[in-house]
Amino acid sequence: MSAALASSRTNGSEVVKELAFFAVIALLMSVMLLGVETVDRPTGLELAVRWDLVLIAIGSTVIGRLGLIFRRESISRLWQAVLITVTAVAVFEMFVRFRELDDRWVSPVVLDMAFGSVVSTILAIAFVVIVFATAYFTMKVQGAVEVDQSKKLSAKIQLTYRSNTKKIGLIGIVFFFIFPLLFGDDRSAIDLATLVMIYIMLGWGLNIVVGLAGLLDLGYVAFYAVGAYSYALLSQNFDLSFWLCLPLAGIFAASFGIILGFPVLRLRGDYLAIVTLGFGEIIRVVLINWYDFTGGPDGISSIERPSFFGLADFSRRVPEGAVSFGDLFGLDYSSMHRLIFLYYLILVLALVTNFVTLRLRKLPIGRAWEALREDEIACRSLGINPTNTKLSAFAIGAMFGGFAGAFFATRQGFISPESFTFLESAVILAIVVLGGMGSQIGVVLAAIVMIGFPEMFRELAEYRMLIFGAGIVAIMLWRPRGLLSFRDPTILLNMSQKEKVAGEIK
Amino acid sequence: MSMLKIEGVHTFYGNIEALKGIDMEVNEGEIVTLIGANGAGKTTLLMTCCGSPQASKGRILFEGQDISRMPMHEICQLGIQQSPEGRRIFPRMSVYENLQMGAITQDPKHFNSDIEMVFDLFPRLKERINQRAGTMSGGEQQMLAIGRALMGRPRLLLLDEPSLGLAPLIVKQIFETIEKINREKKMTVFLVEQNAFHALKLAHRGYVMVNGNITLSGTGAELLANPEVRAAYLEGGH
Repeated sequence: MSAALASSRTNGSEVVKELAFFAVIALLMSVMLLGVETVDRPTGLELAVRWDLVLIAIGSTVIGRLGLIFRRESISRLWQAVLITVTAVAVFEMFVRFRELDDRWVSPVVLDMAFGSVVSTILAIAFVVIVFATAYFTMKVQGAVEVDQSKKLSAKIQLTYRSNTKKIGLIGIVFFFIFPLLFGDDRSAIDLATLVMIYIMLGWGLNIVVGLAGLLDLGYVAFYAVGAYSYALLSQNFDLSFWLCLPLAGIFAASFGIILGFPVLRLRGDYLAIVTLGFGEIIRVVLINWYDFTGGPDGISSIERPSFFGLADFSRRVPEGAVSFGDLFGLDYSSMHRLIFLYYLILVLALVTNFVTLRLRKLPIGRAWEALREDEIACRSLGINPTNTKLSAFAIGAMFGGFAGAFFATRQGFISPESFTFLESAVILAIVVLGGMGSQIGVVLAAIVMIGFPEMFRELAEYRMLIFGAGIVAIMLWRPRGLLSFRDPTILLNMSQKEKVAGEIK
Repeated sequence: MSMLKIEGVHTFYGNIEALKGIDMEVNEGEIVTLIGANGAGKTTLLMTCCGSPQASKGRILFEGQDISRMPMHEICQLGIQQSPEGRRIFPRMSVYENLQMGAITQDPKHFNSDIEMVFDLFPRLKERINQRAGTMSGGEQQMLAIGRALMGRPRLLLLDEPSLGLAPLIVKQIFETIEKINREKKMTVFLVEQNAFHALKLAHRGYVMVNGNITLSGTGAELLANPEVRAAYLEGGH
């Protein structure tokens, strides 16, 4: 190892020093958190030490750091990816094996109990060693060449993506449209797709505020809640139909956006973020405490389901005077009809959000949002009224949040303040940031990664959150500005898109 | 007729008095320059004319209308456009989009002729029309900043240190263009500069600012010949 490293910036002893340093840090951090545990014994509470866990924490830190050192020594991206994946799998594997030793806390822990499943541990370690060794040898031989190639490769991928954005978008839309035809019988697949689609819509809505106008909004879920409660309350108290309430929910949410916007838009950056965070919490707390109006923590249940555009009903037993969906199209009753209809509904709502955003980006107002994000003083000196411009971004973003909220209410049939916690805001914001601020397709990818994957891997119980965290760290390492983070001009003159993109990458 | 008239303007940053009673005027069709050392208050005066920060005392009249209490964007809609200090173009937008931004408050029917006019003045911008503005050289960015200001169809153009950080050759080009804009488009220009020699050669009239006060004024040629000005701003350079 030292030979290869000596040829570049670091030498062997420095690496050892660095690893030792991180081992000490890992020790300090884990000794209190993992090292001691209170155990309930017949004789009373006792402290049990868990040196095995501490050792694992240190071990995985060292392995991870070694991976980062390799990365720094400019090995190819492919190898980095393999390294990190394998390390993650190995560490994960070790943890799982630990968990399987049920009674290990009862008696004082001895080290070899930890390695109960010796074979799998050895396998995991051997795997890591092999990968590191291969990485080390290939690094020396073709390191430089491969870096070049991988750069070219990523440039090629970028080029393909950027010159085919429209095509990729269209393929995506077609895919989502035929999705129910492919998985029409699978209830969980449709449910998951609907859920992902809600978040895509929310992500697109928030993208207007955060991605285009550059206003960090940590309370976006408030507008989602306003939309959901507007529909639920209007339909329960005034018996209005979903199709009438949908635009109303949007209008209510937009007016809340304006109410929030007026006092806070003089603020910027972190201050704005804190105030919006507060606003999100205010809405939630009001929903909890205004018992007479909102039902408080009990929420609102049996919210009316949407009809088929007022023409037909989806329930098995149709109320008198109404037509059932099955009869209307001569189909047998199936509970999937409603789910698929809901899926298409949110798909269309999300696409409307997308097209409105794309359209607005080309209009002066959208351009002004983007300009405001880059330089507010320059905008003012061009005669743009910053307050109105920001307010419009807030209101339009909030409106789409409201639509999504109304849809959420009608799909769930039950809403309570618990659905609108800060965590939701954080997830939506994470979707926008991970996708690459302002990128529409990025939001789709990030929503699938953030919402779809954790749901798909539900069997892994809490470990999925471990992998999820590792995944986000990985994204931020390799794509610190988000998955798809380029802004292409909305207008190009005298040039094909391809030429333009190629020219820029050079 | 005086287009911009500044009467006894005081501006404060907190407790610090940055402008201590400025009187000056810019007549229609003139190039007026304001020279002075770093920190003299030149940029503050220019920005006070634009309404940010606002003058705490005194009046600023633009074509007879008091603008000293108006917000910045309204002042700019009256027909005052600026190329701000440090250019402040939109780096992630293309050149074309930047120019569109300049025309954002204008009637779209002027757009095509205006952009042709800007490209005539700065052919380099036409070559770079699709390029991301932040990737251009300093001189090109300055051209863009001036072009963007012109897209707003100003009657008074404010330029804050257009020569900042540019190579001498480019500075010369930029100043020639400013003169051309003034001569051919009859544009009134208020130019804030540290590059006193170039600025005074170009300007019809000039003011010298020291520590928030106007200490000298006169035609460009007079100031160029003035021994004090020569000693403070010109000797040793150029």
